[in-house]
Amino acid sequence: MADVKKIATRDSYGNALVELGKEHDNLIVFDADLAGSTKTGVFRKAFPDRHFNCGIAEGNMMAVAAGAAAMGMVAFASSFAMFASGRAFEQIRNSIGYPQLNVKIGATHGGISVGEDGASHQCCEDFALMRSIPGMVIMCPADDVEARAAVKAAYEYKGPVYLRFGRLAIPVFHEEGFDFQIGKGEVLRDGTDVAIIATGLMTYEAIQAGEALAAQGIHARVINLCTIKPLDEEIVLAAAKDCGKIITCEEHSIIGGLGEAVCSLLSEKLPTPVRRIGVNDEFGHSGPAVPLLKEFGLSAEHIVEVAKNFCKE
Amino acid sequence: MTHDVKKQLALSAVRIREGVLTATHAAGCGHPGGSLSAADLFAYLYEKELRVDPKNPKWDDRDRFVLSKGHTAPGLYATLAQHGFFPEEELTTLRSLGSRLQGHPNMNEVPGVDMSTGSLGQGVSAAAGMALAAKCRGKDCRVYTLLGDGEIEEGEVWEAMMFAHHYKLDNLCVIVDNNDLQIDGHIGDVIDPYPIVDKLEAFGLHVVAIDGHDFEQMEAAFAEAKATKGVPTAIVMKTVKGKGVSYMENQAGWHGKAPNDVEYEQGINELEAQRKEWEAK
Repeated sequence: MADVKKIATRDSYGNALVELGKEHDNLIVFDADLAGSTKTGVFRKAFPDRHFNCGIAEGNMMAVAAGAAAMGMVAFASSFAMFASGRAFEQIRNSIGYPQLNVKIGATHGGISVGEDGASHQCCEDFALMRSIPGMVIMCPADDVEARAAVKAAYEYKGPVYLRFGRLAIPVFHEEGFDFQIGKGEVLRDGTDVAIIATGLMTYEAIQAGEALAAQGIHARVINLCTIKPLDEEIVLAAAKDCGKIITCEEHSIIGGLGEAVCSLLSEKLPTPVRRIGVNDEFGHSGPAVPLLKEFGLSAEHIVEVAKNFCKE
Repeated sequence: MTHDVKKQLALSAVRIREGVLTATHAAGCGHPGGSLSAADLFAYLYEKELRVDPKNPKWDDRDRFVLSKGHTAPGLYATLAQHGFFPEEELTTLRSLGSRLQGHPNMNEVPGVDMSTGSLGQGVSAAAGMALAAKCRGKDCRVYTLLGDGEIEEGEVWEAMMFAHHYKLDNLCVIVDNNDLQIDGHIGDVIDPYPIVDKLEAFGLHVVAIDGHDFEQMEAAFAEAKATKGVPTAIVMKTVKGKGVSYMENQAGWHGKAPNDVEYEQGINELEAQRKEWEAK
């Protein structure tokens, strides 16, 4: 697999903004002194008149974006996931979520794979925070193709959207032009022994785990859920019904994210055993992204191990 | 300013104050103090300053008004109702179940409300975003926002000032209602935000200090704001919290408390006397 093309979804974000900017002059982009890292700098280069740096003031940026949206613009506001969802939570809740304004939060550097910056920047709480806001759409694309499709879908959707992108370059596995819809998951591999539901960079790990498990006689259904909210209930319930065992995989705390969303649904509609793979109730630390992901169990190998034990039970 | 205009403004302000008392009395809660200190400003904005159309509240070219100090919704509601954005009888539904007159303004429910506010410090940022977007869209509309003097203790307010100055938002007019009181007492005792004018100037705004109960000064300040190019203008208006209702004046306790039946009657009588006085002039 050494020749697989790898792209960080933050790059996809910047590139998608440029493509959208060419078509739509009501698109406006805000950043908070991280344009080089969030990749909105690519948009700034192409459309300097529609990119506004707010400086290191994320709360103000979110409410400014809300005001721009109230004036008829489609506003993308970007920072690292930690500061977008964390520091500016209340501005998102009160000035974007409550008035249902057309703001798209482009949150990059989500999860533990931020790497060397360490725990202060490794945001594993953003899904939990954003899920608690009524009406917030949350997407976490799994590769470059899906990320660009998600940005376009976010632009077209009327209302608040939270988009989570990563710093680390990750394999591209989707075909260009695949059918992407907000709120719709996709089955990437069929099977009925166990269902592996993944989001973000964990999806590619889940695909690899699916292959490894098949070689050992365990046939896993691998599902990619880009949209964390609203949850594709149909695909989850079908997986529970057909497989009877669910494993969720996310680069996020096991508290409040995809795993708990799946558990909430299943406990009410179709009680099914679930194993949550994610960051346990702990902070991260500095280190290169890939070893960190392995250390925190966010790898194909760990998924295989969990699946094998789960299937023995 | 002619006598007739002054009279028109004064009578409008009295009616706003009556609306504030009526609404908060009916609700049994709400924020009369800061609504009354800003009542003269509300009267001036909607009688003279803002380019708005009550029959077409979503008119794209209208001026925007953001009540950053969203808790003084009763003052804004009374003003909007007086100008026909919705029926004045509705004011008595303030804060009650099923009413669109929420405790803090909701832009999706109340005609004439341009931004949902209530969490202090955020409205001014939204107003700056509106002013920026207006420029991007080539619109000549102006954006006005009203802050409390306690509200400016929020750090976000100063983030917004930096932003507004950096992007030369001369279509933005920030108004600070300096009634000197917040919930816990005098602003200088709670956490001193003074000197307000100096701080705003240091952030690069053009600042005009006025008496917030003097319509002629208001007229001059808004004219100056419009004429000022390249930087946003801040109007710091010295006001009396609870203005117009004797027992509420300069009392922090009336920040967020409704008048009971006896207090309501006394207040309404005082306002009635003020109205008659102006009508006789």
